[in-house]
Amino acid sequence: MSSTTNPSTNHTSTIGSIGAPSRRNTELALLVFAVVIPVFAYANVGLALNNEVPAGLLSYGLGLGLLAGVGHLVVRKFAPYADPLLLPLATLLNGLGLVVIWRLDQSKLLKSIHQAGSAAPRQLLYTALAIGLFVVVLIFLKDHRVLQRYTYISMVGALVLLLLPLVPGLGANITYGAKIWISVAGFSIQPGEFAKIVLAVFFAGYLMVKRDALALASRRFMGIYLPRGRDLGPIIVVWMISILILVFETDLGTSLLFFGMFVIMLYVATERTSWIVFGLLMSAAGAVGVASFEPHVKTRVQAWLDPMREYTLSRSGVHDGVVHSEQAMQALWAFGSGGTLGTGLGRGHSELIRFAANSDFILATFGEELGLAGIMAILLIYGLIVERGIRTALAARDPFGKLLAVGLSGAFGLQVFVVAGGVMGLIPLTGMTMPFLASGGSSVIANWALIAILIRISDTARRPAPAPAPSPDAEMTQVVRP
Amino acid sequence: MSELTLTVMRLGFLAVLWLFVIVAVQVIRSDLFGTRVTQRGSRRDSGRQQTAARQAAPPQQRAQQNSGGGGGRQRRGAPTKLVVSEGTLTGTTVALQGQTITLGRAHDSTIVLDDDYASSRHARIYPDRDGQWIVEDLGSTNGTYLDRSRLTTPQPIPLGAPIRIGKTVIELRK
Repeated sequence: MSSTTNPSTNHTSTIGSIGAPSRRNTELALLVFAVVIPVFAYANVGLALNNEVPAGLLSYGLGLGLLAGVGHLVVRKFAPYADPLLLPLATLLNGLGLVVIWRLDQSKLLKSIHQAGSAAPRQLLYTALAIGLFVVVLIFLKDHRVLQRYTYISMVGALVLLLLPLVPGLGANITYGAKIWISVAGFSIQPGEFAKIVLAVFFAGYLMVKRDALALASRRFMGIYLPRGRDLGPIIVVWMISILILVFETDLGTSLLFFGMFVIMLYVATERTSWIVFGLLMSAAGAVGVASFEPHVKTRVQAWLDPMREYTLSRSGVHDGVVHSEQAMQALWAFGSGGTLGTGLGRGHSELIRFAANSDFILATFGEELGLAGIMAILLIYGLIVERGIRTALAARDPFGKLLAVGLSGAFGLQVFVVAGGVMGLIPLTGMTMPFLASGGSSVIANWALIAILIRISDTARRPAPAPAPSPDAEMTQVVRP
Repeated sequence: MSELTLTVMRLGFLAVLWLFVIVAVQVIRSDLFGTRVTQRGSRRDSGRQQTAARQAAPPQQRAQQNSGGGGGRQRRGAPTKLVVSEGTLTGTTVALQGQTITLGRAHDSTIVLDDDYASSRHARIYPDRDGQWIVEDLGSTNGTYLDRSRLTTPQPIPLGAPIRIGKTVIELRK
């Protein structure tokens, strides 16, 4: 960078990029805030339910604070330039999830349904495991570009993870709902949650290499670029696999997440709007096609179109080969009774949703007890996590990191959309869980790993740029030849 | 627990939740990347100028500088600024206040030329004892041209005469 300098010319100025400060103290302050809010919520629930501050307040607060503190110290040591918001936002959601799971544990109705006992201590244990994985990822993944080497291995890994629930003997034998769990040694695991991350690695590595071919070889027709027939290959393969998931695992959520993530990353890699158009058309066609013959998916679609009919069918105990569920309608009632400001924590009746009230339908409890105002704040927090992910992608200097960050935050956002949309009746219900809020080990562990990878990429992206090119003094002066 | 307390707690919790969101957005706002325009402080540059002078100017020249320049009083009709009129730095001006101006690709030059045909230390412009500005070639590879003639000895610069160094042309103006 050449510029003039002179002691007396005051108006000479340099324009350079800001070396981002590390902002770890901002993160710490926000983290304290993010631990205090769930503790407040916990006290609030206790006061509302039992007229007393719950006995476990101190240990719960210390536990969450300790986990957050460990996360913060590891970020401070191993990713000093990372984004200051990702960790506090995830901590807040996780803490609120723990409080509401504990609150649902207190309900006598739910206690009689769940034989397994209370879910909150188990969830706290899963959170500790998740923070452990978060720490491990940050310590051992020094540079996210290492993942690029495992592009095709992760493709195989993701396919295996997605197909695991179909393996006889391994897939959890659940008659209701989607076949997306496996049971190993008494634990039920949702491999789709981990497949999300592994797939993002594969798509990022694959699209980084192929994006030029996918972006440039196209014809322009009616304002959009039409790709060549043979370039449609990858999207068709991914589409077929997602349709297969829909047919055999009967889960719209995983299928939509998988395909949607690919379309988002394809769009980001090629800047061609046509891919989004194709993606939407293909997923709509696939979903409608499968819903017309797959009974489980069909039930879900019917429950979405007419939840009241489903409710009455379930109430009257009709047995026609498919399981009818009153949950969809009850979730809507929960949101409705919450109103704008909610009934207050601990004062709703969302335990009436019964099964899966603290996992798939946890958002309904939030909607009832915190109201529209609370739900909007929670959705905004999810939105901020996605925004920080996209911001990281913009700031990343390598194309692989950009695509990976977009893929991970896109998958995270899609999952929130699919679950929240399902619970609120915007789209048919799926078997996925709300990241961080819902009870369930796989979800919380996988999502903390996802946040760890985003933090790693943002640390690399925000690290001050390496030293500029060597000075021109070293170069030879060219000689003018007459 | 009284109804009032619970209502206050309920609204208080929503307020705290939203406060968190707002604080997070504020952090994003203060965290935007971008470019920063820094005014070059005079302290750093005068230090830099001294280094340049120490390296570039021979002792007698520095003596001249001290006696002749720096007084601040300008002769009538004397040039007040140096203007780059061609080349990558076109439009750059440097005020003339009795200091030696070095030109070249070296980083400590007063005007750093980003020009393949310029030498590291190409030329310098300095005022003589009477305040007349002189240009001197410092043994450059491709030479310094004053008004189409290649410099062999230090020469006084008339107002508005083009001095060509590689692809860069500078001139003195009032």
